[in-house]
Order: sequence, then structure tokens, then C-alpha cells
Amino acid sequence: MKQITVTVNGQPHSAEVEPRLLLVHLIRENLNLTGTHIGCDTSSCGACTVLLDGKSVKSCTVLAVQANGKSVSTVEGLCAPGAALNPLQEGFKENHGLHCGFCTPGMMMRATELLEHNPDPTEDEIRWGISGNLCRCTGYNNIVKAILYAGAKMRGEEPASTEPQFV
Amino acid sequence: MKLFSYAQATKPADAVQLLGAQTQSKFIAGGTNLVDLMKYDVESPDRLVDISQLALTQIDATDKGLRIGALARNSDVAANALVMKQFPLLSEALLAGASPQLRNMATMGGNLLQRTRCHYFYDVSQPCNKRAAGSGCGAIGGYNRIHAILGSSPSCIATNPSDMNVALAALDAVVQVTGPNGSRSIPILDFHRLPGNTPQRDTVLEANELITAVDLPTTAIGGKSHYLKVRDRASYAFALVSVAARLAVENGVVRDVRIALGGVAHKPWRLPDVEKNMVGKPATETTFRSAAKALLAGAQPHEHNAFKIQLAENAIVRALQTVS
Repeated sequence: MKQITVTVNGQPHSAEVEPRLLLVHLIRENLNLTGTHIGCDTSSCGACTVLLDGKSVKSCTVLAVQANGKSVSTVEGLCAPGAALNPLQEGFKENHGLHCGFCTPGMMMRATELLEHNPDPTEDEIRWGISGNLCRCTGYNNIVKAILYAGAKMRGEEPASTEPQFV
Repeated sequence: MKLFSYAQATKPADAVQLLGAQTQSKFIAGGTNLVDLMKYDVESPDRLVDISQLALTQIDATDKGLRIGALARNSDVAANALVMKQFPLLSEALLAGASPQLRNMATMGGNLLQRTRCHYFYDVSQPCNKRAAGSGCGAIGGYNRIHAILGSSPSCIATNPSDMNVALAALDAVVQVTGPNGSRSIPILDFHRLPGNTPQRDTVLEANELITAVDLPTTAIGGKSHYLKVRDRASYAFALVSVAARLAVENGVVRDVRIALGGVAHKPWRLPDVEKNMVGKPATETTFRSAAKALLAGAQPHEHNAFKIQLAENAIVRALQTVS
């Protein structure tokens, strides 16, 4: 067993863990933050994406011991309960970016880093940026629109019309 | 995943010592390949030595070129100003590989060491000489669309999936390693192996050696470079065929050239003699196609991958046309 301390959404958490414990299991089972989903469990689908020291990673392929001393951001950290939605959350809501919702937390965390690096991405840059996140409903069009919307909001611009597109 | 013990190294020498202290130990850095393999029971180390905190992440200009630390993240290397200016081929290849999340974790050393593999290697219910020596090859006579057409053996027809390695082959990279018996430099073309009778070994790196850096020499080649990756979908797929090309043309004539292929063999495929033979010839499709045919001479397709020969020939021609 190994003693680790990981700061999750600003809160330090200490735990004694087996070296084989995955970061996603630490987050979901030890900390009860079940917004981070487990999809493929083999780093293909991106549902488990969180930020590790600000960089998006697939938490199903990171050992919890390797996150020792680092900070983790999960979808729960995007806005406090009862607070106004974060621009990405608002974008997904306004643009029907959620279908079944399973990929949504991973998409939002990946988009968080994407917009931080590139505050005004083109549609193509967004599609490349989320190429490691799979939506099994194939709802990519509205996910891309949601991220465009969030980018505009974050830049202080008026987002484009949010008429939902049903395809 | 079976239980294993874990130790964190703080210096390269400690890492080597920790690894040697217990059999069945493996280094872990970004873990993007190793953790998956451990989940599938393809790898089952008794101990992991975590090297991710070693101070090997820097990217420095040297008098001969660029030295990239073994633990520099693929995403950091791809976005590094020195790399983009002097060796844009490396950035291009890195960004063609994996996904942003994996590039954020994956390191230079880990990418060099990601397993040469195929579906049968990952499936422990299937025979695979690479995973279990002497068990046979499920791909030969099985489903072999993605497999090697060059340099394979009756033991193994897997391909090395790395895009980065193909670029490094065209850039004449040198891999710096250290181990209990000291340090050594391994030219990239000697680093990865062909399968022969021992497909278990992907590289010439000894089990107790640690990669510390990758050197990229500045050469007089100049000219342009391009990484062309052909795959089944636009993103997030391994190459069926890829080409890393560097070409310098003077007055319509080839002055210098490097061509490395991915997706076709157990290692990045490069034939320096074919490149030497192009020098002085006109930079035209005729020269490019004849070089492509020479690079692919002796190609041995399997039941489902004969298409790769023509695909590779056309990809080589297109990559060279792009940089001429």
C-alpha cells in the first residue's frame, strides 16, 4: 500500500492505495465523484478524461500513485452546486451537446484544456482537439457547436445562434 | 491487473539500481502503453519503478543539434519552438499520433518503446510468439490486413505503430541510454529490431537500460520535410502506411533525401542506399516512383494486406512531391 495525497477540484485528499489502483477508481470510488465515467477502460474512448496538473489525460490509464502530489480537475469542479453554469456546461445545454450524456464529462474536460490553449478555435481544430473522445450517439455536430459557443462566451462575445441541429 | 509493488526513482542511476534490485521489474513513465498491457495481462511485472519524476524533460539546443529529454511529453515536444523551427517533421509526426490526452502523458522514451504489436499480441487467448515465445503466430494465416509487408519472419508479422519513430528514422536520431555498465549511444536505425526468431524483443535496449535522451543532429540537408500518414479514418488510428520524407532539391535535382516508412515493418523502414541512389537525379515523379519501388522491393504480402504495397508506393511518391 502507498500513501498518496491528490488535490481534487481544489481539495486535498489523502488515501492509502494499492499501486494498481487507477486514478479513475480513486476519483469515483474513494472520493465518490462519479461524474467521471469509465467507458472502454483501455484509453480509447476518453469518457474518463480529467485534468492532471491542468492537462487532459485519460484517468483509466493513469495509476493513482502517479497522481501523488498533483492536482486533478473533474467535471464536478466546473461549477459549484447552485452556481451559474460554466460556459462549457451552458454551451452543451444550449446546443443539445448531450445525447445520452455518457461522453459529456470527458468531452467537457478535454474542451476545457483545448479552449485554454486555443481560445478561438475553428470547427476543424475542435474536431481534431476532441479526436480522442468518442460519442457513441455520434452527436459530434452539436458537441462541436457547444464548444464553439463556450469559446465565444469565454472571449466575451455573443455566441452564435443555438438553434439545435437534429441530424 | 495483478498486484505489484511500486518504487519511485529520483535519479537515473537510482532508477537503474531499483530496476536491477528485483526481477520482473519494469520502468513506468507516462504508462499509456504499459498500463493497458497490464490490464490485458500481456505484461505482468512484479514491480514498477516510476521514472516520471526524473529530471529528463528538458529540450536543449546543443552544438550538434537538439537534445530532447527522454521524459519530455509528446505534446510538449510537438509544441516546442526549437523543435518546430529545426525539426518540424517531428512535430508533424507526433501530432499525427494518438490523441491529445495520450500525447499529454506519453514521453519520448515511452514512444520509442511502445510495443511493436498487432491484435493477436493483445489477445492472450491467441498464440503470439512476441508475447509467448514459441506459441506460434495467430496473424499468419489469420486476419492480417494491418500487418507487415517488409522484414517480417515466420515468427512475427507485427508492425511498429509509432509515428514518432518513423520521423526519428528520417531525422537520423540517436538514442542515449544508460545502464549498470555505463552509457551508450544507439543510432535510431539500429534501435528497433526485425523479428527474426526472437520477436519478443522489439529493440536492442537491454532490460536494465534506461533511455535518457534523444539527439537530433542538425545536418546540411535543409530542404523541406513532410509526414504523410494514411489510415482508415481521419484521426486516432494507427497508420496503414506512413512516410516521413525530407528532400533538398537544387536546380531541379535531388541534393539530399531521407525516406522512412511506417506501418509496413517491425521497425521504421529506411534504406540509405536507395536514398544515395536518388542524389543527382531529377526531382520528378519518375525518380520518386523508382525509389519507391526500390524501397518496397522484396515486399511479401499476406492474405489481406497486399494493398499496402501499392498504397506505400503511392504514399512515397506523394510525400516526395509535397516536399519538392
